Amino acid sequence: MRPISYSRVSDVGTAIGTVAADPHSAFLAGGTNQVDLLRIYVEQPRRLVDINDLPLKQVEELPGGGLRLGGLARMSDVAEHPTVRRRYPMVTESLLLGASPQLRHMASVAGNLMQRVRCTYFRDTEAPCNKRAPGTGCSAMEGVNRGHAVLGTSECCIATHPSDLGVALMALDAVVQTEGPAGQRSIPIDDFYLLPGRTPEREHPLTHGELVTGIDLPPLPVAARSRYIKIRDRESYEFALVAVAVAMSVAGGRIAEIRLALGGVATKPWRARAAERELDGAPATPESFTRAAEAEMAGATPHGMNAFKIELGKRTIVRALTEMAEREGSA
Amino acid sequence: MKSHQAIRTAPAPDSAVVRGPDEVEVRLRVNGTTRRMFIEPRVSLLDALRDRLDLHGTKKGCNQGACGACTVWVDRRRVLACLTLAISCENREITTIEGLAEGDTLHPMQQAFLDADAFQCGYCTPGQIMSAVALLTEGHARDDDEIKEWMSGNLCRCAAYPHIRRAIRRVRDEQGGERASH
Ligand SMILES: Cc1cc2nc3c(=O)[nH]c(=O)nc-3n(C[C@H](O)[C@H](O)[C@H](O)COP(=O)(O)OP(=O)(O)OC[C@H]3O[C@@H](n4cnc5c(N)ncnc54)[C@H](O)[C@@H]3O)c2cc1C
Ligand code: SF4
Ligand code: FES
Ligand code: FES
Repeated sequence: MRPISYSRVSDVGTAIGTVAADPHSAFLAGGTNQVDLLRIYVEQPRRLVDINDLPLKQVEELPGGGLRLGGLARMSDVAEHPTVRRRYPMVTESLLLGASPQLRHMASVAGNLMQRVRCTYFRDTEAPCNKRAPGTGCSAMEGVNRGHAVLGTSECCIATHPSDLGVALMALDAVVQTEGPAGQRSIPIDDFYLLPGRTPEREHPLTHGELVTGIDLPPLPVAARSRYIKIRDRESYEFALVAVAVAMSVAGGRIAEIRLALGGVATKPWRARAAERELDGAPATPESFTRAAEAEMAGATPHGMNAFKIELGKRTIVRALTEMAEREGSA
Repeated sequence: MKSHQAIRTAPAPDSAVVRGPDEVEVRLRVNGTTRRMFIEPRVSLLDALRDRLDLHGTKKGCNQGACGACTVWVDRRRVLACLTLAISCENREITTIEGLAEGDTLHPMQQAFLDADAFQCGYCTPGQIMSAVALLTEGHARDDDEIKEWMSGNLCRCAAYPHIRRAIRRVRDEQGGERASH
């Protein structure tokens, strides 16, 4: 790990000004990704600006009925927050199914959204990787790519986005609040994540020094009927092979409202819009669920070892919808 | 809702105090005692504990957040010392395995690990115990499934898991469902 200098700031303006003024600096929140990547020379800032004293840890009601998660709120605190649990169960579940209790105590929700990919070649400075070193090629394309993405990929990068929380936020149309050298912005979550395309090194529209101050969950009654399913190689403390975030309501045997997003299979948290189109107004039956799963995965591209994710993805979508429908039926 | 539109506010210029990259004075409160040391900002809490403070109970397994051997408490919450910078812990309360016993009396969880044969090589044990005590404080030990899930951040290469759960159940039951006090 190369040497770094350290500053600790207690107000937002100083945090932004300090990082913005120094191109070789970065924010330090929980450090669970930043310190890890520094140690293996993947991230190379020379100065860390510790933002853990900023007053951004609250979960607050928004005037219109939504909820704001402070950017520095810890994964564990947000997960166990009674209002989050009641109104947005998929958010709680996506958090509790991620990382470990220790990591969730450390990690902030903003840091979770900003975390870098877990592609082994990205993490290995000896390997060609377009995301870490643009133009060097993608080692995963012909390499060990069992964990990689089948949706949203490009010829430059096929790394899966690792965040679970991001998948729930995508299903909910959350809005990321930022503040940077140019002022404040509200960025819809779908625009907050960029597809790799020809510039896989760019994952967010944020400018250097732009701080994620909060995440807004919109008022959304259907979100109270939601869940997050995560399929992994082991039962716990592991990233997703496939994950499904679903919110659904059924009226008179038909799907009245549906929100569906996928994790583990795409280069960004993936809103399953093709599946949603199939499901909207359709009878809540296994046939509809299968048709929706087929529609979403029709656009998937396998890369060798990860081909199984297409079938696993379909099955997980069907399972999630079936379980939601059963729950709705018995409600 | 405003979208993508910047509202101008003036960020404060770079006024933050810069420390390092060379060694700087850092004071840490560990197991109730304030300790002073000179370390570079890049030094992890794990290395500071082991190499500067001679507290070797906390172990280094993976050094990348994947095993839990380095579990300590910061402000009473279980965290990973390998991914924590020591300098970021000033003004926080750090507790390590060395801080659990009361004099010569082991913490009930330490005693239960001995009695239940909850380790083989012992390398993961300090982390397991720090995690297990916190688990009871958090109230996540109602049944074995819950214990498994909420102890999943501590790997044991010797697979002593059934005995670790037995030790945890024993302390939980002795406390009569009450939350651990430590
Ligand atoms: C072993 C292991 C298993 C894991 N498993 C999972 C999992 O299953 N699911 C999952 O979702 N995640 C998982 N994670 C990832 C973990 O959740 C993230 O590392 C964590 O959420 C990052 O948050 P942090 O506060 O520690 O961020 P940091 O490490 O402090 O920062 C990460 C990045 O975000 C930037 N940043 C931090 N805060 C802000 C801000 N407010 N504004 C702008 N930029 C900011 C930093 O500069 C840095 O670039 C795992 C991590 C490990 C080590
Ligand atoms: S998949 Fe992306 S991150 Fe992985 S090696 Fe290829 S370019 Fe790098
Ligand atoms: S040494 Fe810290 S988690 Fe393995
Ligand atoms: S007792 Fe050997 S690793 Fe757990």
